[in-house]
Amino acid sequence: MPDSKKDIIARLQQNILRWEGFVPPPASEAKGIGLGPLEAAFPNGVFPTGAMHEMLCPTLEGTAATGGLLGGILSSLMQKGGTCLWIGSGRKLFPHGMTAFNIEPHRIVFVDLPREKDILWATEEALKCEGLAAVVAEVKDISFALSRRLQLAVEHSKITGFLLRSDMRKLSTTTCVARWQVTSVPSQLPQGMPGVGHPRWQAELLRVRNGTPGSWEIEWVDGKFVTVEEQMAKVVYMETRIAG
Amino acid sequence: MNKRFVSLWFRHLTTDRQILRKPELKDVPFVFSAATRGRNLIVAANALAEQQGVSVGMAVADARAIVPDLEVLDDIPGQDAKLLNGLGEWCIRYTPLIAINMPDGLMLDVTGCTHLWGGERGYLKEIVTRLRGKGYDVRGAMADTIGTAWAVARYGRLKPIIVSNEQAAALTDLPPVALRLDPLTLERLQKLGFYTIKSFMGIGRSALRRRFGDAFLLRMDQALGMVDEPMQLLHPIEPYTERLPSMEPICTATGIEIAIRTLLEKLCKRLQGEGKGLRTATLKCYRVDGLVVEVGIGTNTASHHVAHLFKLFELKIASIEPALGIELFVMEAPKVEDAEVDQEALWSPEGGGLDDSNLAGLLDRMANKIVAANICRYLPQEHYWPERSIKASTDLKDKLTTTWDMGKLRPTLLLDQPQEIQVASVLPDYPPMFFIYRNERHNIRRADGPERIEREWWLDGSGPHRDYYVVEDEEGRRYWVFRSGHYNEEWSAWYLHGVFA
Repeated sequence: MPDSKKDIIARLQQNILRWEGFVPPPASEAKGIGLGPLEAAFPNGVFPTGAMHEMLCPTLEGTAATGGLLGGILSSLMQKGGTCLWIGSGRKLFPHGMTAFNIEPHRIVFVDLPREKDILWATEEALKCEGLAAVVAEVKDISFALSRRLQLAVEHSKITGFLLRSDMRKLSTTTCVARWQVTSVPSQLPQGMPGVGHPRWQAELLRVRNGTPGSWEIEWVDGKFVTVEEQMAKVVYMETRIAG
Repeated sequence: MNKRFVSLWFRHLTTDRQILRKPELKDVPFVFSAATRGRNLIVAANALAEQQGVSVGMAVADARAIVPDLEVLDDIPGQDAKLLNGLGEWCIRYTPLIAINMPDGLMLDVTGCTHLWGGERGYLKEIVTRLRGKGYDVRGAMADTIGTAWAVARYGRLKPIIVSNEQAAALTDLPPVALRLDPLTLERLQKLGFYTIKSFMGIGRSALRRRFGDAFLLRMDQALGMVDEPMQLLHPIEPYTERLPSMEPICTATGIEIAIRTLLEKLCKRLQGEGKGLRTATLKCYRVDGLVVEVGIGTNTASHHVAHLFKLFELKIASIEPALGIELFVMEAPKVEDAEVDQEALWSPEGGGLDDSNLAGLLDRMANKIVAANICRYLPQEHYWPERSIKASTDLKDKLTTTWDMGKLRPTLLLDQPQEIQVASVLPDYPPMFFIYRNERHNIRRADGPERIEREWWLDGSGPHRDYYVVEDEEGRRYWVFRSGHYNEEWSAWYLHGVFA
């Protein structure tokens, strides 16, 4: 029976994904990292580990929110006993605060480097080093060529890398697999309850390579992510996407 | 801390050994003899023969006249050295620093070893009784200097253990021969009527030097502890150093690379054999023009992997200036520690956590390339104030001394310094209505708190406590603010200290 046009296109799409390095994971590991519906935005419906993600954190509060979401992601990446390397210059992350996201803070190694150039060098070296669970680098800006170097390192070692970018003035294109922006949103508690509720964020995927960008409201409850409105991602219109 | 030495004197070393070998000689007077200048002279006599008047240095014929049934055995040259060597090896159990005093003694540097045998008395007693139990007639003495220990072991009559800094008192009544002087000086002292050390101890140094020479004063100073005396150790501690002279001056990077690799291979082979690893290493390049170029590396954990150490040196090659050429490379490892023998991981795709050798290697590379790099982990510390509740640790192997306090809510970001904010709060002990930070007004919608954190008076004296509140503004941004001191007190002020996720 001849394949229908749809089948052929699906197969070709799979091939393209494979050539680009998105290998569908084996069935035993297809659990994802607990981000729920958000993961459907990625190719094959799986959060891409062994790739670079960039996260925009222009403000202090944005950095905190990103740190929270990242903490949740790292906790599942570090579950098997790996170590995380956190490279930056003026780091404000409070290690003790990571306990809220099920991370043992002493398993994170912090590297403080004074110069941007050194941070990028150290990040590339770290991404080449097999045996790490994840590498987080705080950078101001990154050029396309540099991001390609990081991507090459990651493809070889299969480490998940996160770039926290703080300079929003020139958002150049990078080879990163996804561009995130996380902002805090007011927490919700049952009617009439005092106090501050669970941390809640608006996680926006501004661009996803071979996936569908979107926006989700996520809450961190009792050690796992809960998507607030269990609904499929609304496609973000082109106007709201930051050009680059 | 003063050094302590034990001197052991084997009075009948070779004859005791002979009795051990042939027990039937136990009740027989016997001597060892050797032919010197055409005469048979006695070189060693056992206790029985000595009692009957035979002494070392006597001709065999004379001794036979005194003791007719004297057994005369041929001396085995080099026997005493071999015996002392064996006894020295046996004494390694008491201290690692042992020297041989030819012809009949051992010198032990026992500094810091005695407490393991219950003090100095127990220590000395243990050694002497064990050796006597073996059948050696041994005397021991302990003192601050080699000279005094030697003298007291051989000529002392009162007590074998000389208290620290009492060498002079211990030596006064001993004969001059106890100072290990040459026979000529001894003879001269004898002629002048100096029969004990105290008789010349008080004489001026210049007068003594004029009559007996510098060697005499040196021996005296060594015995009294004014001059250090070197020991020729049985097991010398070899420094971890490798040398590589080159036939032709080397001035290329490739040449330097080869030299580093060769030196590292040699050094690491030795380290590996001893189960050690180096923490720091320096490479000294001796140039043709007489200058020495030095580069150094350091590692986070003791390592003896050539490839890893080479990578660290590789980063430094660019800073080595060969000029006209380098003719000698010297690699030194001044800091060496026990290295853990790492087993090859069978299968760990996720990495081996903090013990991973890849990680240690990576951090070493970073620390060596970028001098200003600050690499650390944070361990919990039992302190109240948030900024003090963590402690930076540069050692990957540090264990937790306390657990992370999971119950308390702590912010994701913590500011280096609490930032002052303007607030409006209506009621005491209520969270503020709004606060202004950097000209931005945050209207507070939800809040938790207060959590009072007291000042640790034992660390920084008295001062106001802090009342922390978790607040959330209209846009959902969550902050950690505190009021220092009580509400509406003169010095109470509000600060922003952290941001929650």
